[in-house]
Amino acid sequence: MSTLEIKGLHVEIEGKEILKGVDLTINTNEIHAVMGPNGTGKSTLASAIMGHPKYVVTAGTVTLDGEDVLEMEVDERAKAGLFLAMQYPSEISGVTNADFLRSAINSKREEGEEISLMKFIRELDSKMETLEMNQEMAQRYLNEGFSGGEKKRNEILQLMMLKPKFAILDEIDSGLDIDALKVVSKGVNEMRGENFGCLIITHYQRLLNYITPDKVHVMMQGRVVKSGGPELAQKLEAQGYDWIKEELGIEDETVGQEA
Amino acid sequence: MTVETKLALTGEDVRSYSESNREPEWLAAKRSEAYQLAETLQLPKPDKTKIQNWNFTEFPVHATKDEPLTGLAELPQEARALIDIENQKNIYVQRNNTPAYLKLSDELKEQGVILTDIFTAAREHSDLLQKYFMNDAVKVDEHKLTALHTAFMNGGVFVYVPKGVEVKEPVQVLFLHEGEDVSLFNHAIIVAEDNSSLTYVENYLSLSKDSKGLVNIISEVIAKDGAKITYGAVDVLAEGFTSYINRRGVAGRDATIEWAIGMMNDCDTIYENVTHLVGDGSVGHSKSVLVGRGDQKQNVTAKTVHWGKEAEGYILQHGVMKDEASTIFNGIGKIEHGASKSDAVQESRVLMLSEKARGDANPILLIDEDDVTAGHAASVGRVDPLQLYYLMSRGISRVDAERLIVHGFLAPVVSQLPIEGVKKQLSEVIERKVR
Repeated sequence: MSTLEIKGLHVEIEGKEILKGVDLTINTNEIHAVMGPNGTGKSTLASAIMGHPKYVVTAGTVTLDGEDVLEMEVDERAKAGLFLAMQYPSEISGVTNADFLRSAINSKREEGEEISLMKFIRELDSKMETLEMNQEMAQRYLNEGFSGGEKKRNEILQLMMLKPKFAILDEIDSGLDIDALKVVSKGVNEMRGENFGCLIITHYQRLLNYITPDKVHVMMQGRVVKSGGPELAQKLEAQGYDWIKEELGIEDETVGQEA
Repeated sequence: MTVETKLALTGEDVRSYSESNREPEWLAAKRSEAYQLAETLQLPKPDKTKIQNWNFTEFPVHATKDEPLTGLAELPQEARALIDIENQKNIYVQRNNTPAYLKLSDELKEQGVILTDIFTAAREHSDLLQKYFMNDAVKVDEHKLTALHTAFMNGGVFVYVPKGVEVKEPVQVLFLHEGEDVSLFNHAIIVAEDNSSLTYVENYLSLSKDSKGLVNIISEVIAKDGAKITYGAVDVLAEGFTSYINRRGVAGRDATIEWAIGMMNDCDTIYENVTHLVGDGSVGHSKSVLVGRGDQKQNVTAKTVHWGKEAEGYILQHGVMKDEASTIFNGIGKIEHGASKSDAVQESRVLMLSEKARGDANPILLIDEDDVTAGHAASVGRVDPLQLYYLMSRGISRVDAERLIVHGFLAPVVSQLPIEGVKKQLSEVIERKVR
């Protein structure tokens, strides 16, 4: 079993503090959902864990099986087993999706142990089929001219090909219609198992109808303010966030306001 | 290699060189007229690059004599890698200033296709050559360099495709530079008559590491009505040369000229690639990529000139600059009065890999007609940190991520080259230059 542990995490962007002490522990074989209204720091949490260049960690720790993640370069974090399905993936002109994926897979392998072309193609074909992606997407330039939905599927394709220990899905459901949502969920569910843990960031409950979380956390004002089981997501769906704000005496849940 | 002519040519030298090649009278006269013009004409004035102190006139040797090849297998490995020796049916190889090897399929010969070195063309196809040599595309008296080129021309190739003939397999041309004293005043003439088509791919390859010579190259590319010419080029010329490379096209009615040019020289170079869209409905695509390194200085002008109605001109220039290299990229879309419904689009992008490098992108639209569309995009910047982050977040190291981004940035030309060996070579040269 592997463990991703976030303790007292404080993060700034351009001098403004967004995260104000996040604590969260995820084990493999668990799926956690982080929910909360817009502007409460959810995506910042995802980006800070992966090492986005604009986010500065000012206090706290992130460890993966005891290893200090924050000390690692971004590529080392990936090699250690982290993956972030991004909300706004970059477009890289002139680099085909397939070439990129092969480079990424091989970067985790020793020299001489590279994945064979045949095996790669077989695996790529089968994952693309699961995600109902057109085969020609493999030869298109990475994310260039992809629709919103195609980009999301492509993020999940990378997840399935790279098989990380922990995946963070940053609003993978935004902009997806119900059919695409089902397909993306199918991909994530296929990853579920003893060697995989997942943190799903969303502000809608609907994705959680297809991927049942083990734990649900609510973020407000840059902290996790409430945690529970899947029933918490149901309650949020039915009643919204106001009851939590009342319970905790929060007037404005967004970052920058104090309780 | 034996030396034929010494330094600083005189008018007499030019005449005797012409005679030794048994050139027709019109060419000898044109050279002599050009020689006189060269004495008085000024250097061209490429935008934002001062070339007054560049040496375009002095060189150690005008023409060398080298051994021809008995077969392509004799070529050094680096040159051989460019050619699919078994399957390449149509090829011309020039070593320094000597026509060294020529092969043209019987099928194309029967159809009237001509592929030959420029001197043989002058002797055997004199009228045809006269019609196109320094007439429609480039003029002798444009400036000092066009005049010098004409006077000193010491190599080149002539390709002619008759009406309606479609040349399906690419014609490959290799200009090899071996030896420090060599200068290249090569002239290429590519003519595709009405409704014919041709793919032409040329390589300039230095096998010597250094040079004391000059490069003054002109290509004239003529696509008649309904013809299509695809012109691929990869230039890998050594440090030490001073280079002027002018590739110019003239497209007739509904004709298309597509350029894909890999500018990989290690020497200071003035580049010009102009397409005159003369006929209605003509199309010009100019794609070029450049890598500058060391203290190299370059100036690149890509231009489409719209004369015909509904003429479409597209320019793409991508440059990668490292070390202390400097390059000015000029993209010019010129629409003449009367060229209604023309479309001029251009994109110039420069990627800076070092603090001390310099890259300028100057998009220019000159429009003398109301009913047209035009657009431009230009950018100069460093590798996007978010692109790097994205690739690295998948486990790719910073170095490899940068490499992928640079190769991707230069892919528009690499992917267009129709000969596998040349495509691979360009990728490898890029790899070597940006490392």
